[in-house]
Amino acid sequence: MLEVSNLEVAFGPVAPLSGVSFALDKGETLGIVGESGSGKSLTAMSVMGLLPLSGGRITAGSIVFDGQELTTLSEPAYRRLRGGRIGLITQNPMTSLDPLQKIGPQVDKVAVLHLGMTAREARARTVEILGTLRIPEPALICERYPHQMSGGMKQRIVIAMALAADPDVLVADEPTTALDVTVQAQIIRLLDDLVKERDLSLVLITHDMSVVAQTCDKVVVMYAGRAIEHGPVGAIFGAPQHPYTQALIGCIPKGLGQDEQLTGIPGTVPTVLNYPKGCPFHPRCPRAQGICATDRPAHVTQGDSAVACHFPGERA
Amino acid sequence: MTSMTGTAARAMAGFGNTSLGRAFGSWLGKIAGGFLILLVLVAIFAPWITPFDYAAQDLMNGNAPPGWPHLLGTDQFGRDVLSRVIYGARTSLSVSATAIAISIAVGMTLGAAAGYFGGLFERAVMTVVDLTWSFPDILIALIFVAIIGPGLTSTTFAIAIAYLAQFTRLTRAQIVRLKRETFIEATINLGAKPRHILQYHLLPNAIAPVIVVGMLAIGDGIVLEATLGFFGLGAQPPTPSWGAMMSSGTAQLFLSPWVIIFPGVVVAVTVIAVNLFGDELIRALDIRDRIRGA
Repeated sequence: MLEVSNLEVAFGPVAPLSGVSFALDKGETLGIVGESGSGKSLTAMSVMGLLPLSGGRITAGSIVFDGQELTTLSEPAYRRLRGGRIGLITQNPMTSLDPLQKIGPQVDKVAVLHLGMTAREARARTVEILGTLRIPEPALICERYPHQMSGGMKQRIVIAMALAADPDVLVADEPTTALDVTVQAQIIRLLDDLVKERDLSLVLITHDMSVVAQTCDKVVVMYAGRAIEHGPVGAIFGAPQHPYTQALIGCIPKGLGQDEQLTGIPGTVPTVLNYPKGCPFHPRCPRAQGICATDRPAHVTQGDSAVACHFPGERA
Repeated sequence: MTSMTGTAARAMAGFGNTSLGRAFGSWLGKIAGGFLILLVLVAIFAPWITPFDYAAQDLMNGNAPPGWPHLLGTDQFGRDVLSRVIYGARTSLSVSATAIAISIAVGMTLGAAAGYFGGLFERAVMTVVDLTWSFPDILIALIFVAIIGPGLTSTTFAIAIAYLAQFTRLTRAQIVRLKRETFIEATINLGAKPRHILQYHLLPNAIAPVIVVGMLAIGDGIVLEATLGFFGLGAQPPTPSWGAMMSSGTAQLFLSPWVIIFPGVVVAVTVIAVNLFGDELIRALDIRDRIRGA
């Protein structure tokens, strides 16, 4: 359905994204995890064709959606895809809705634009979608303004807008970051159900490894603009090969009441301007040796997984 | 108040919750807004409320001091000053409002396009617009007078061009700010075309400061109209205009000061009222920082 291979993105002389690859089949959920600034959102923006907005461009690699190459697609053709066949759920629902317009008209317009519906048909569809998203009294909600609603509600509206044109792929860019912890779980469950009910493909961008473990089929671990490990969730969580992946999994709290120290990862994510030479993770890596500082590790494939590390292997 | 029905009370409460209603909320807003409404009504109903024909001369009764029947006195030709001030409100308000409306329409279009599309187009538009701002208003008026002759049309265009830059810059600044908002990106993500984004999302969100600045500009426009009238570039006799009245009054400044004082006072009070009400509107809309940002 969606295949990204060796994607590289540049903003002028800076290359914040290099060598990102993943493939997503129908009905699958792919998790993209990584710390802030690792290029997760940039990957989403590349797929949506939004890089020109912020002055970036794709310098290498390809994005193929349903047999169609997206990196060379014209803007009008891209516009039909966006919202039509690929829906995006943005990071911050608080600011993703036009404050001056009622909910109904905002959601209606998607179906009018992409499905050619009349205003009346679109409203019926909006009410129906809001209902499936477990929004109480959808017809009433249509007459509300965004400021009259809670964050969790707004995120549901944003999801409804992404779903309105019945897309094949949904890209959710940290859909729960701006929400309450209690609401986070609801939204994640909702997305999970939608994937199953509608046979959607979902790209779930998050920094929460436990969410990935619960909902995703595949996972891509990103670090400093690179996919350092990817593969099926079972394999990655069962036997992580990259020390960074191991460290991330080590950060997941295991349970309450146990006298357990949470591990952190020493150091910070390098900024785009000074990505380290060689393996980007080597300054923070417990396993680093001389070669890690000089040579960039290539991807080593092992079954369905791949890892970019000079010394892959399970934690000693 | 006790006789007020529920519906009317609710309608009043509804109005009180709108921005315009809140601007009327303070006593300053009530006084300033009330005066402006009165002025507009007077201008509209001028033919029915003026005691005399504004152009009727009574040469035997020239320069008569305020009293009965000429409440505000007469000018050198014996024309009733009150009637001329009332008709002058028509001229001043309609010229200023028309000019500012043109200015807003053109300025918002240019500013929105410049802010949205950016790049070379933006730079070209803003340079030309800034150039119009660098010309003195009187000079612009003179250019129009040279082309189409003195009169209200020239005055209107001169005022429109004088304020064009302000609206273009203001709108551009709003659009540039709004363009970066997440909901605009979200709209792009849903496949919306630029035209739709401009029309349904950017302009409605940008319009509040434009309305207020437009309101204040009408006050400035009245002064500019009076100035041009004073120099004889605006309304031509016998059309009454506050500026032209003051101009003709200067000849008999010491003989009949009321001819110049009353239109002057009306201009001053009107402009003060416009500014005070504009301030109340800014407060009600809570957009002070956005107006300063332009």
